[in-house]
Amino acid sequence: MENKKKLSIICFSGDFDKAVAALTLATGAAAVNWEVNLFFTFWGFNIVKTKGGHSFIGRGFLAKVFNFLMGGRKSMPLSRLNFGGASPKLMTGMMKNQNIANLEELYQAAKDLGINLYACEMSMNIFGMTRDDLDPAVKEVIGVPTFLKYSEGGETLFI
Amino acid sequence: MSVESIDITMEHCPMTFVKAKLALARLNRGDILEVTLKGGEPLENVPRSAAEEGHKILSIEDLGEVHLIRIEKN
Repeated sequence: MENKKKLSIICFSGDFDKAVAALTLATGAAAVNWEVNLFFTFWGFNIVKTKGGHSFIGRGFLAKVFNFLMGGRKSMPLSRLNFGGASPKLMTGMMKNQNIANLEELYQAAKDLGINLYACEMSMNIFGMTRDDLDPAVKEVIGVPTFLKYSEGGETLFI
Repeated sequence: MSVESIDITMEHCPMTFVKAKLALARLNRGDILEVTLKGGEPLENVPRSAAEEGHKILSIEDLGEVHLIRIEKN
């Protein structure tokens, strides 16, 4: 399609609510024919880790500890009122009761819609991770220049 | 030619649009998608985005509280 609108989101946050916001915008845009790029960096890596919970992944002691503490998509905290991890579960239940897509459903929808998932090369090195630690749906591990090239000419958000 | 029907009246943004888009993607050219949806955002945006992608809006029927849209896949 000519002149396709484009949305690129830098997913920096590892918070449940911010990930829901990013994926809601992304899937909504893709569903109305926008090209969408999601660039996962730093805490945002939690969204695209292969392991959804707290796991000792990565090379080196500190990387393993960091990755364990950070967790994955299934153990993301709320940015406020987390109450030791209870709130994301309560929130997911509230969303289900209202028939609103939860984080996992939004992430699956993003993949089904063919949204472009990219991971930050620098973050992968910081956390001592390899490509195998990331969801195979991640198309490429890229740096800033490539992200700028892919996002050029569209809207860019930082969440 | 086959006809598929989906009901997105109980869905909320963004899944209203996501489910319509994915249902269209599953069809073959010439197939028909019947979408039952609510007024407002879904009624405004589902046919618009389908038309933008080159699909043909065959009809939009007002059924009272809900609407039925028939889309032919391009």
